[in-house]
Amino acid sequence: MTERNPGFATLAVHAGAQPDPTTGARATPIYQTTSFVFNDADHAASLFGLQAFGNIYTRITNPTTAVLEERVAALEGGTAALATASGHAAQLVALQQLMQPGDEFIAARKLYGGSINQFTHAFKSFGWNVVWADTDDLSSFQRAVSPKTKAIFIESIANPGGSITDIEAVAEVARNAGVPLIVDNTLATPYLIRPIEHGADIVVHSLTKFLGGHGNSLGGIIVDAGTFDWSKGGKYPMLSEPRPEYHGLKIQETFGNFSFAIACRVLGLRDLGPALSPFNAFMLLTGIETLPLRMQKHCENAKAIAEFLSTHKAVDEVNYSGLASSKYAALARKYAPKGAGAVFTFSLKGGYQAGVDLVANLKLFSHLANVGDTRSLIIHPASTTHSQLDDAQKTAAGAAPNMVRVSIGIEDKDDLIADLDQALGG
Amino acid sequence: MNHDSYADDYIRAILNGVKTIAMVGASPLNVRPSYFVFKYLTERGYDVIPINPGQVGNSLLGKPFVASLKDIDRPIDMVDVFRGSAHVMPVVDEVLSLSPLPKVIWMQIGVRNDEAAAKAEAAGLKVVMDRCPKIEYGRLSSEISWMGVNSRTLSAKRAPIPVKGMRLSLDRQSVSGGNTAASDRAVKNRNEPG
Ligand SMILES: Cc1ncc(COP(=O)(O)O)c(C=O)c1O
Repeated sequence: MTERNPGFATLAVHAGAQPDPTTGARATPIYQTTSFVFNDADHAASLFGLQAFGNIYTRITNPTTAVLEERVAALEGGTAALATASGHAAQLVALQQLMQPGDEFIAARKLYGGSINQFTHAFKSFGWNVVWADTDDLSSFQRAVSPKTKAIFIESIANPGGSITDIEAVAEVARNAGVPLIVDNTLATPYLIRPIEHGADIVVHSLTKFLGGHGNSLGGIIVDAGTFDWSKGGKYPMLSEPRPEYHGLKIQETFGNFSFAIACRVLGLRDLGPALSPFNAFMLLTGIETLPLRMQKHCENAKAIAEFLSTHKAVDEVNYSGLASSKYAALARKYAPKGAGAVFTFSLKGGYQAGVDLVANLKLFSHLANVGDTRSLIIHPASTTHSQLDDAQKTAAGAAPNMVRVSIGIEDKDDLIADLDQALGG
Repeated sequence: MNHDSYADDYIRAILNGVKTIAMVGASPLNVRPSYFVFKYLTERGYDVIPINPGQVGNSLLGKPFVASLKDIDRPIDMVDVFRGSAHVMPVVDEVLSLSPLPKVIWMQIGVRNDEAAAKAEAAGLKVVMDRCPKIEYGRLSSEISWMGVNSRTLSAKRAPIPVKGMRLSLDRQSVSGGNTAASDRAVKNRNEPG
């Protein structure tokens, strides 16, 4: 076959988008509308019955958002995607298709603190029970499997510690257990790691971070790898059984290898409601066009800064998987050869107070609770994102009291190093 | 030929080349996949004929049901099979008894019978298995993109707004020949006993 295969940067610019059929507009228009007119009663009935391609209402589909969805599906190598109002909403909608009250899912203990909260508290109130496992002890995943297990959830690069997960090893556990592996790929982005190639069945993102990349819009997305057979064993009735709200339609039978994405949309998004605003979809799409360029710079800066910090006298330890000395160096070489991302933590010899002082003394780093911005960011997780966790949970999640987390931006790295140096007391 | 994956050019040539499609196992129930496909292909300008012996006397969206392939009064380009894999061989035998011979046998998602495929191919027919022509047409035209589905095609050309009865251009740049990184794994998972 002589067909050319477009590369990642080409997909980042083109996938999902083509000139607007009505106006010829080349940038993707912002279809800032709640609803779409029907051609006639038959057209309306076909759309409501999922028989025809077309838009009804922006809670379910929107043409601007659809470009974003196809773009990320293409970058991840999935069959389809569904955008949501935030990364948290993506996690909620994805798990809702899999979980019934009383079911369990296994999650890595090293997760974004907000996800730990969502799983521990909000999901608990739905009767979805999280069972924790440790990515540094892969046998803990196997031990956590029970007949009630419906999914396994990990982060590719964990927030805040920046550790790299052995995705293939966890995928093997999921495969043997007959459950899908969900990978939160927020910190890596598909530019650095494509989890589907390593065995993930579902990929979720907070688009709020590096994919959008400019710190201006919240968003989330669910990517369907198209790899999981939902009919096996009757474990996933949302996908395999007749749906009463669609007059007995069976999602997997009708939509084949993108049925998970369709279930997320026509059962999850439709009924739970956390749709992305078309304006945010436009902002996020614009960000994604420069993803390859930005990620190269983010990673180059992060590595230089991690190296600088690891020789600084005020610094106790730097946890950056891209350092040769990191215990995750081998995993980083395997899974993220282009760079280990730009979010990492380091601990200070001066303890909790040194962390507070560092944050106060910096002039270019912004003190805020986000990652994946063009700007460099810093936070003290123990007192902010992870403050609702107890001390043991904090440490397990990679957020000890003397630890600060940075998200390195795309500024000139010498300016960032100079700022850190002065703030650490030279 | 290998039926685990298909190059986009193979599917494109089929969908661009056929006009009359006989649908074996067409259902009058509007929640069945066959109904979805029947309706879509009809709206995209194909002449689709519903076959279902239990429905003779009724019609589907204005097209009378017929009992079997032999009862069709015009040459058929493609036979689209909505039957379980185990029931495909008799359909292929019937197809091969027709004159003129149809050019394509297409088996729907979940339907795969390699023996029947080999027999049809030996007679010069093209075969597609475990795929849906609605999904493939929607994908290659990018019409399916409205629902966030990865069309695995790109285009910098302005396309017309689709209206009923319009055939769409399927001539977009393909990505990975139309396969995803995951598609081989999906095939493997499906073929394993569950
Ligand atoms: C790894 C990871 N997953 C999920 C989320 C949640 O995303 P959002 O804030 O868009 O809901 C975040 C946010 O910080 C994150 O870092």
